[in-house]
Amino acid sequence: MSATNCKVGVLAQETVAPDIRRLTVSWEDQRPEFMPHAGQFYMLRCWAADEAPVLSRPISVHDASTEHDTITFLYQVKGQGTEKLAALKAGDTLSLTGPCGNGFNVAEAAKFGTGRVAVVGGGIGVAPLLLLCKELAAAGCRPELYVGFRDEPYALEAFLPYCGAISVATDSGAVGYHGLVTGILHPENFDLVLTCGPNVMMQGVYRLCAAAGVPCLASLERKMACGLGACLGCTCHTKVGPRTVCQDGPVFKAEEVFDLA
Amino acid sequence: MPKADLHVDLLGRRLAGPVIAASGTFGFGPEYAGIEDLTLLGGISGKGLTLHGQPGNPGERLHETPAGLMNSIGLQNPGVDHFIRHELPAMKALGTTVWANLGGHTVEENVEGVEKLCAAGIDFLELNISCPNVKQGGLAFGIRAADAAGVVGAVRKVCTVPLIVKLSPQAENLTEMCRAVEAAGADGLSLCNTFQACAIDIERRRPVFANTFAGLSGPAIRPIALRMVWQAVSAVQIPVIGLGGILTGRDALEFIMAGAAAVQVGTANFLDPGACVRITREIGDWMEAHGVASLEEIRGCARG
Repeated sequence: MSATNCKVGVLAQETVAPDIRRLTVSWEDQRPEFMPHAGQFYMLRCWAADEAPVLSRPISVHDASTEHDTITFLYQVKGQGTEKLAALKAGDTLSLTGPCGNGFNVAEAAKFGTGRVAVVGGGIGVAPLLLLCKELAAAGCRPELYVGFRDEPYALEAFLPYCGAISVATDSGAVGYHGLVTGILHPENFDLVLTCGPNVMMQGVYRLCAAAGVPCLASLERKMACGLGACLGCTCHTKVGPRTVCQDGPVFKAEEVFDLA
Repeated sequence: MPKADLHVDLLGRRLAGPVIAASGTFGFGPEYAGIEDLTLLGGISGKGLTLHGQPGNPGERLHETPAGLMNSIGLQNPGVDHFIRHELPAMKALGTTVWANLGGHTVEENVEGVEKLCAAGIDFLELNISCPNVKQGGLAFGIRAADAAGVVGAVRKVCTVPLIVKLSPQAENLTEMCRAVEAAGADGLSLCNTFQACAIDIERRRPVFANTFAGLSGPAIRPIALRMVWQAVSAVQIPVIGLGGILTGRDALEFIMAGAAAVQVGTANFLDPGACVRITREIGDWMEAHGVASLEEIRGCARG
């Protein structure tokens, strides 16, 4: 799978929560074969090559519509790069390199049957899960979504059409279960669990899955320079050897990247 | 592409352009095939190899600085045999010259690796005596001129393709180093590899990198690299390939006017995956705008 490098136009930028933005760009003039699948990401840049920060920012795809020719990113404003992305307005342009990485294998996941797939997100880790749920629904699955947030949840309305159920846990108790998402997840009710979120959460999800004998796939995040598998800056030392998160991942079998104890 | 003649004759090979993708920033090439027309490049220097391969460094591998990038990859690579079997065929099919970049912990490892690579068919051998990120080998040969001359002399005996030695800015005495490597039989030099540097995570109160030190590249080091390329050109008769923070055609022209036979582009590939071709085009545009027909006309012109 090769990537493209192109300039795209911003259609919209919305504030979803105080530090969370939803950025929608037009794919109208781009080649359709470079539209993303669930779990893939692009390297984003809206500043000059000689401007800080040095590196482009890897941001996972939140949604993609072949009908409207749009790609949507959901991201947290965290530092220099995302602050510059957050300043983008409709009509501005930015550079995209991608789609990068191997996403979730939806065809394989859908084989597990209707209503037997759990999708587990934590915080901004929900970003790649919308397109995942959408693709699962299109493949005949009705995934159940479990999400954990520190406080107020965000971006959940968009999941409603694709999910059989949505269960929320919050650290503060603001909404739903008061505690960690692992407190409400029962992997034994599922054939497959797909997860993206903080490492400590995914590790907890994996341990529950392992105890129940249920396969688990996890999407990792790493600092990256190239996004194309060329620099080896994002290598993850997995149990089956060194793997690039950008090209071999970001989605891995959880048992290859997390420990049981 | 501009009409100016951008080709470079280098050690019996004809390069389509003066820009070579630098080792460690371009994989083995196919990663960038969908993004830019690689036949316009002067060549691709593949990810740094070691005879037996190694998993690279643990912990953080990347850290941004103002106008720079620190890395501590630690020569993660699949080894020479794997490269020859699985990566080289695709690299040869890209329509540009193939530079195999090899480092080693011992003279013997370097010699064996060079023999295998030359037998497999490559255009250039870039001997890396300058990686700052592996504890043994790597930079070990790149500090003292006598150590460098030893490994270059041994490799020279078995190297059947042009032998380019990639130098470190950490060399004790750069002029001595250049002369010793030339005398030991190198056909050309490339410099600079990354500059040894350090960053500390003040929240953790520890170095960012597990190895404490890492290699700094990018525009931050360009003027220093340019000074070193100037010194290298003064020191030797063999071709010098310049690199260090080149981001634009203007940057590349500075190195060529300092006397570089060609340039390598590394970190720029990360912030613009089409950088090598863009820089080639910018060089050509400048030449056309200034009535310069070939690179020969301007190479070393700044030296008066």
